[in-house]
Amino acid sequence: MLSVNNLAARIDEKEILRGISLDVPAGQVHAIMGPNGSGKSTLGYVLAGHEGYEVTGGSVTFGGADLLAMEPEERAAAGLFLAFQAPLELPGVNNANFLRTALNAVRRARGEAELDAVGFLRLARTESKRLHMPDDMLKRNVNVGFSGGEKKRNEVLQMAILRPKLAVLDETDSGLDIDALRIVADGVNALRSPEFSALVITHHQRLLDHLVPDRVHVLSRGRIVRSGGPELARELEANGYAGVVADAA
Amino acid sequence: MPAATETIDTVQSLTQSGYKWGFETDIEMDIAPKGLTADTVRMISAKKEEPEWLLDWRLAAFAAWEAMVEPNWAKVGYPKIDYQDIHYYAAPKRPAPKSLDDVDPELLAMYEKLGIPLKERAALAGVEGAGMEGVIGSGNPNIAIDAVFDSVSVATTFRETLAKSGVIFCPISEAVREHPELVRKYLGTVVPVSDNYFAALNSAVFTDGSFVYIPKGVRCPMELSTYFRINAKNSGQFERTLIIADDGAQVSYLEGCTAPMRDENQLHAAVVELVAFDDAQIKYSTVQNWYPGDANGRGGIYNFVTKRAACRGARSKVSWTQVETGSAITWKYPSCVLQGEGSVGEFYSVAVTNNRQQADTGTKMIHIGKNTRSTIVSKGISAGRSDNTYRGLVRILPKASGARNHTQCDSLLIGDQCGAHTVPYIESRNPTAKVEHEATTSKIADDQLFYCRSRGLSEEDAVGLIVNGFCKEVLKELPMEFAVEAQKLLAVSLEGSVG
Repeated sequence: MLSVNNLAARIDEKEILRGISLDVPAGQVHAIMGPNGSGKSTLGYVLAGHEGYEVTGGSVTFGGADLLAMEPEERAAAGLFLAFQAPLELPGVNNANFLRTALNAVRRARGEAELDAVGFLRLARTESKRLHMPDDMLKRNVNVGFSGGEKKRNEVLQMAILRPKLAVLDETDSGLDIDALRIVADGVNALRSPEFSALVITHHQRLLDHLVPDRVHVLSRGRIVRSGGPELARELEANGYAGVVADAA
Repeated sequence: MPAATETIDTVQSLTQSGYKWGFETDIEMDIAPKGLTADTVRMISAKKEEPEWLLDWRLAAFAAWEAMVEPNWAKVGYPKIDYQDIHYYAAPKRPAPKSLDDVDPELLAMYEKLGIPLKERAALAGVEGAGMEGVIGSGNPNIAIDAVFDSVSVATTFRETLAKSGVIFCPISEAVREHPELVRKYLGTVVPVSDNYFAALNSAVFTDGSFVYIPKGVRCPMELSTYFRINAKNSGQFERTLIIADDGAQVSYLEGCTAPMRDENQLHAAVVELVAFDDAQIKYSTVQNWYPGDANGRGGIYNFVTKRAACRGARSKVSWTQVETGSAITWKYPSCVLQGEGSVGEFYSVAVTNNRQQADTGTKMIHIGKNTRSTIVSKGISAGRSDNTYRGLVRILPKASGARNHTQCDSLLIGDQCGAHTVPYIESRNPTAKVEHEATTSKIADDQLFYCRSRGLSEEDAVGLIVNGFCKEVLKELPMEFAVEAQKLLAVSLEGSVG
């Protein structure tokens, strides 16, 4: 599904990713862990096409296509979704309207029929109920006045509605209490299928208890320094990053 | 390239090609020679077969104009206008049509192309004009339209239907002939001939425009609309609109305007006067889409307009709503003189400037009567290298006890080469009055755009969503049929430009 080869990227002349290689086969969930500043969020942004980052080397294929050659909206249409660590506020823009416009843009690009207002609301209500979100969240302006937890759940709602093939979750668990964490994990688990993959960026083992990954990768200073099964996350939780990062250095 | 820069490029490319109303119509015209003297004024008055009093009125205005100097206090810059290099009269050659069936087919075809239906279609034909986004009144069967082409009104629809309820809706030149007592009584009473430079000019040479009279207690049964089209080269358009709502009357009126794309600037100096008596309500909406000029600021309309409402009656109410996307320069301050006790003035404005456009627009609310109230909501959006100024005056006179005003003024910047300026003037001479002013300035962040794009929205869609969100409070004041079209027009004017 996703194949990252020796990817290097920088922002303002500062090298952040220094040769990342990673394969996420269809149907798998991979976790990216690592200390602050190791490049985890940058990886998410580069995959989604943020223009502030300059790719200086390597390649990424997504479903066989050259991901780096695509505009951000083309990546979304191709089935990539980034759940932001800090979702942006859009004052005056109604959440339901935003989601419907996004969904229909993606459907158009995929050659599918657009959903009318009624059809969309039915879908949105079903999904938001499943995520235990209050109905009024659809009526409010995108992320404006949302609590940290509400913003994260709104990201998961968007993901559920847009139905990506690959979701990159950038610390979606940070700032969530245990109940909210479970709701978010359930939201991702509900999408799990042989056609859905996820790259879960997190600091903590906690989320991975609910969202068991197939593989865990440890990122340090812009490189993957270790990969392993779910047990690697538990080892990190017990011993910290120091051992792993020092081993690699 | 930073997203903002790219965004601006997108905007520029879109606005250059995006003006869909810029075609020219080839029609045989009767055009006066260039130049402006007292004889020009006499010629116009003679062409219109006007009575003596009106000619005298025009000549007085011309004398006043000659003694005045062009104002320069607005935050706009343009080369000196040569008033002798303009045609002051341009009308289609064919004699004035007696009925809609007599209208030149060329003209009908042009209005059809603009999406302005000049045939009185049955209600079922309302689907006509679908896809003519950005044009006002497309295919809406419940709107009476007066179509003004250069200097003359070429057609007015639904007049008989309106006449049944006593509503007069006709070209002002016809009103001068058919209802001289009304015109004479009110013309120039809200905007005196010597009010300002451009109003004086208009008073001297105005050629046509709409006249509306709503009798006592009548609620106008349909939306009224005037569609202004400048077509002739090097001509100016000077229209005059006069709307009178008698006691308890209600009317909703909308004007739209477009012009061909040309390299030369063209002058449009209109005067609109509204009079509202006891308990009368006038809702006046404008969707201004004159040709804005190209990306380098070549061509475009100079839109120097005086609009004023006299709320003479107790509890009368006038509401101005404007969506200003066009014109190279906009100089316009729709105002309310709140004389009647408890009268209400409202001003809702969206002004969009892009490329080299300049807008200096706002309102004046003059509180004279007791317990008068006014609301001002202004949304300015600047992109490209444009300048967008809100200039507003709230004046509370000594007798206006209990007067209240609330002003909200928001600016949205796109890119870093445009300007937004807010110039409020507040004068309160009554201690019981309450005046509030709120202002914000924001910028569309690159990250907001990226967030939208990562969800699959194109940059254009993202900008449209954000701008429409920003303007929501104003757009909801437009008659419903027009709100959607105004939204699309905003998107066309600004595609890809919010950050």
